[in-house]
Amino acid sequence: MSALPTAALAKDREVSIGLQAAITSMDPHYHNLSPNNSMMLHMFEPLIRRDANQKPVPSLATSWRAVDDLTWEFKLRKNVRFHDGSPFTAEDVVFTLKRVPNVPNSPSSFATFTKPIVDVKVVDPHTIVFKTATPHVLLPSDLASVLIVSKGAGEKAATEDYNSGKAAIGTGPYKFAEYVPNQRVVLKANYGYWGGEEPWDKITFKILTNPAARVAALLSGDVQMIETVPTSDIAKLSKDPKFNLVDKVSNRVIYVHLNQSTEKSPPFVTDKSGKPLEKNPFRDARVRKALSMGINRDAIADRIMEKKAVPAAQLLPDFFYGTSKKLKPARFDPEGAKKLLAEAGYPNGFAITIHGPNNRYINDDKIAQAIAQFYTRIGVDAKVETMPSAVYFTRATKLEFGYMVLGWGTESGEQGSSLRSLLATYDRNKGMGVTNRGRYSNPELDKALTIALVTMDEKKREALIQQAAEIAMNDTALIPIHYEVSTWATAKGLRYEARTDQYTLASGLKPAK
Amino acid sequence: MLAYTIRRFGQSFIVLVFMSFLVFVGVYAIGNPVELLVNPQADEAERIRATAALGLDKPFLEQYWGFLKGAAKGDLGKSFVFNVPALTLILEKLPATIELAFVAMVIAISLGIPLGLVAGLKPDSFIGRGIMAGSIMGFSLPTFWVGLVLIMIFSVHLGWLPSNGRGETVLVAGIPVSFLTMDGIAHLAMPATNLALFKLSLLIRLTRAGTREAVLQDYVKFARAKGLPQRRVIGVHVLKNILIPIVTVIGLELGSVIAFAIVTESIFAWPGTGKLLIDSINQLDRPVIVAYLLVIVSLFVVINFVVDVLYSLLDPRVRLGGAAAAH
Amino acid sequence: MAEPARVEGPWVRFWHEFAESRLALVGLALLALVVAIAILAPVISPQNPYDLAQLDVMDSKLAPGEASGTGKTYWLGTDDQGRDMLSGIYYGLRISLGVGIASTIFALAIGLVFGLVAAYFGGWVDTLVMRIVDIQLSFPAILIALVLLAVLGQGVDKIVVALVTVQWAYYARTVRSSALVERQKEYIEAARVLALGQARVVFRHLLPNCLPPLIVVATVQVAHAIALEATLSFLGLGLPITEPSLGLLISNGFQYLLSGKYWISFYPGIALLVTIMAINLVADQLRDVLNPRLRK
Repeated sequence: MSALPTAALAKDREVSIGLQAAITSMDPHYHNLSPNNSMMLHMFEPLIRRDANQKPVPSLATSWRAVDDLTWEFKLRKNVRFHDGSPFTAEDVVFTLKRVPNVPNSPSSFATFTKPIVDVKVVDPHTIVFKTATPHVLLPSDLASVLIVSKGAGEKAATEDYNSGKAAIGTGPYKFAEYVPNQRVVLKANYGYWGGEEPWDKITFKILTNPAARVAALLSGDVQMIETVPTSDIAKLSKDPKFNLVDKVSNRVIYVHLNQSTEKSPPFVTDKSGKPLEKNPFRDARVRKALSMGINRDAIADRIMEKKAVPAAQLLPDFFYGTSKKLKPARFDPEGAKKLLAEAGYPNGFAITIHGPNNRYINDDKIAQAIAQFYTRIGVDAKVETMPSAVYFTRATKLEFGYMVLGWGTESGEQGSSLRSLLATYDRNKGMGVTNRGRYSNPELDKALTIALVTMDEKKREALIQQAAEIAMNDTALIPIHYEVSTWATAKGLRYEARTDQYTLASGLKPAK
Repeated sequence: MLAYTIRRFGQSFIVLVFMSFLVFVGVYAIGNPVELLVNPQADEAERIRATAALGLDKPFLEQYWGFLKGAAKGDLGKSFVFNVPALTLILEKLPATIELAFVAMVIAISLGIPLGLVAGLKPDSFIGRGIMAGSIMGFSLPTFWVGLVLIMIFSVHLGWLPSNGRGETVLVAGIPVSFLTMDGIAHLAMPATNLALFKLSLLIRLTRAGTREAVLQDYVKFARAKGLPQRRVIGVHVLKNILIPIVTVIGLELGSVIAFAIVTESIFAWPGTGKLLIDSINQLDRPVIVAYLLVIVSLFVVINFVVDVLYSLLDPRVRLGGAAAAH
Repeated sequence: MAEPARVEGPWVRFWHEFAESRLALVGLALLALVVAIAILAPVISPQNPYDLAQLDVMDSKLAPGEASGTGKTYWLGTDDQGRDMLSGIYYGLRISLGVGIASTIFALAIGLVFGLVAAYFGGWVDTLVMRIVDIQLSFPAILIALVLLAVLGQGVDKIVVALVTVQWAYYARTVRSSALVERQKEYIEAARVLALGQARVVFRHLLPNCLPPLIVVATVQVAHAIALEATLSFLGLGLPITEPSLGLLISNGFQYLLSGKYWISFYPGIALLVTIMAINLVADQLRDVLNPRLRK
């Protein structure tokens, strides 16, 4: 009986967290997927970490600099030990870079981030030099996505060995304890962590994909924190004194791609009697602008998103790198939109079908429906078809739709990469416009982005990206709707440090003072 | 009997091959898994690499042939998402689902048949009508809705039962089961009830219909006229007569409960195969979908076989495999 | 079959027997009301809930009777798009009933034919049909629905196709199991000995005697079809969200259940409950009346 107080105390340092998506592996190089990346950060660390606002801060590297356009030097942190007690050195970095592109069966690898590095030189155990073939300013940003594994434990280890915990040896604040695919992950504190003591001895992550189940688990006390609180429950939870709600605008923008790939009517776009149009209306900047002005972003943020969204003017909220403060969300103006449509030669509007996913983004199907509602006010007949992402994305990539509701999270935290992926002229081999489902093409924009990519001067580079953003947004290259606001709910007495990258990190969960 | 068994399982084998082909075609028709798995920021080289890593670069028929060759050796492929052998993934989750299904069926049978008998023997009484009206509730409300209402009442408001997950398990013959621990039962109660409701209603109605017919049959009237006690009349003559359709339906429903506990498992975060299936379908994780269906069909085959054997025991007029010979 | 001579016509007699149960009468009245609402929905609804121009998102999630910004009063509240729940339920009833009945009729017809044929002919025909049934029953509804959605697109007719595809095998098995028993009975033997045509034996003799258990299953299945449609909607595979059925209304409101905005899901749930209850009360009594063996 005397053991009781200690047991109770130990229990206080245990926490259960409800996650919204499955963790597909415990191998940090197997699957480049947000939920995995978030989970892996507990056990493994990159050279450069991103803080709650996605600003780069030192992690396993203490400092870094570009020696010249093609050479980078990184100083590594000393006295860091892996979970198995072995010391962290430059050899582990070399091993990691070798392993990343060679993970068998990886459905989405991290090779994109290590590919620019053509040569690695170990100067001493705590100094490493990277060579690139062309100037690559994004190297530090890329390396923030690469988690360092132990050479000793990782050699000859396959993904299975990480899943079983045998090779899951990192330098991070928590150690592997248990992994049950699609069900739970259990971690234990790494008491030898170089960054100091962590608030928890043991964390259990439960996979609760169903939003209602997640909330129910919090309400009934089965978990102490959940991520992505469904918007429908926010009002009630924030009034309940038993819970704490935190939120933060995220790096994910919800936007619309307008299919500009065809000369004549794109798919699902017709005149009001159902006949195809002579010209593709989406190629006319006035039509694009009218469709943007026709959306009441405030109403969506307020009514559909329960205020957990911020109307968007570009691809990232304007405190991120490369964003322009000059850009403001398009004002809801049905009369102005009608006038623009008339000017463009569509005084009677036309008919479209809005396509969107229904299980991918927060309230995605409701947003599509609300947009259709607004368009009835500007004389555009809109039908709505939403479908599970398993069907949606394949068809969207094949350009089978005309008006597509989509979302984009910028993990790098700098707008240049999202502009390149979403709006640069489509050329997958060059890595430009890889997800440009609208097939928007503007040489002026391409030029600014290409120059920015090789400009080593941070100030100049940011100005170029800002300029590119202004070119694209003033031309309504796509229609930004809002930035999702991520939410976390915790039991009273706990507080979570909200993050822009939507990651749920136990290190950020602390007893509230 | 032996020849019958061999023929039956031979046919099932063809069914399995055909099924797996259908799933291949189906997943192919739905979409491209790479689209969902690869990071959207990936360039063309990365897409090509990922497509090749999953074996999706080969022509469709070659992919299927590769699967058949693997399957012949007992290898059903690795999950695209988890990189774990699909069969392992399923077999790990199967005990939880089978346990849930059995408990649900036990609830349905142990309540459904007695209630149905009462309603059938006293069709015009208050109790009889009450049972029938109540049974309608069981299948008129969608499972997901009932599930959430249960959670609202028993977990959130009363705080009696945990809202999700499976409780503590103990090993019985190497298989983890949770219905032997208090914690396990607490976790089982709501999902099993949720899953049982529909089956319960169906059983009540079938039993009642059968009973009403049976009591009017000559042999039951005769048995009553002979002065046999009510208990014996019901227990032997009535029950025996109504068991055939009930056994069919129980067999069918047991299979469907195991296969499609999708909604219940997803609401209660029950770590079984149903939840695995819906996640796999949403991710187009073809190896898992195929392997899952093969396991389920094999299960169905066995259940159907058992049901047919039970027929022949319950009603000697039905002869196993004799159907063909009768002509 | 000798019937006692009566003065009344068969329909009058039928009605009298039906009206013996007061509960069934209540069911009939409710069913009539439900069907009337479904037919008259466009006339009696305060709003056309499928016309997006009539919705205003600023009126969304209003509680029943709460005053709206636009001056209208919604007696059962509004959903997350500002759709009047009352109108939504009227229109949703129309779709749900239509989908449930249509898919049950088609599935029943297909299942009946396959089940009878399998049981009557036996042998390899039986084997073939039953193995197809096995395949069909082990295919998850969600996978079938997803394939159909990808191939055919969205719509009421596609949902009916999906529901029929999912359900016919169920009937086939049930029919076969009763037919298998009936087939062995004397009256079929007698019909055969009389050298009646096969189709005649199957449909005039085998079919009527297999019907009672089938009617039980079928009435339950109309309800099940409606619930299945709701579940598909819940999984995002149902009807277009701008034209909600009762099931889609319930699943849309489902996420608000824990938040206190009960009306979005509760009232459509009640409407569904009443509908299915009415169908079953009537069907139960019909079965008793129609069953020759239960007649007094």
